Amino acid sequence: MNDETLSLVLFSGTDDKLTAAAVLAAGAAAMERPVNIFLQYWALDAFRADRITKDHGVAPEAGPEGAAITARHHQQHWSETLAQAKEIGDVGIHACALSMDMFEITKSDLDPLVDDVEGVAAFMLGATGPVTFI
Amino acid sequence: MATVEVTRSIDARGMPCPGPLMSLIGEIRQGAVGDVIEVLSTDEGSRTDIPAWVQKAQHELVEVVEEDGFARFIVRKAR
Repeated sequence: MNDETLSLVLFSGTDDKLTAAAVLAAGAAAMERPVNIFLQYWALDAFRADRITKDHGVAPEAGPEGAAITARHHQQHWSETLAQAKEIGDVGIHACALSMDMFEITKSDLDPLVDDVEGVAAFMLGATGPVTFI
Repeated sequence: MATVEVTRSIDARGMPCPGPLMSLIGEIRQGAVGDVIEVLSTDEGSRTDIPAWVQKAQHELVEVVEEDGFARFIVRKAR
């Protein structure tokens, strides 16, 4: 029951949302829950090898004040948190085939954190519980 | 304070959630059964996360010591 898969669809590519998602993934992995992540649109773009650690900004709801708060508060980079989650648990990170087509990129353009490219049906096969969209 | 011999100590003070727990998990995995790992943490989340993980992973939370501005978690690797 407690070992239910955490399925996350990451759509947004801003650092605040990716950090929040990475923390969720790390917590689930720590508690021995499998984690199944699907990268679409701007989240996929953020996982490109040439820009993963660049500044991806914050969500619009942050506003200038929120942006200043997140800039002041030192957080571990979300890519490191995801790497730790993968070390300690069963965490799969899959790139959406449709978004790959849209950006005209291949697996080799992505950071090695990404395991493979999947179609949506293959992702759903692993998403046995609810799907959270971030 | 109980006299427990600490095998390794992790100073995770200043590390944000879930960093201290991640560091603890790494140390426990590398260690041998019976090892006692100490984690120093200023992160509020550790107060709930470390006991939750220790219970789930079936290790032993020997002690939580409140220090000035941080907490000291003593965990024994049980399996």
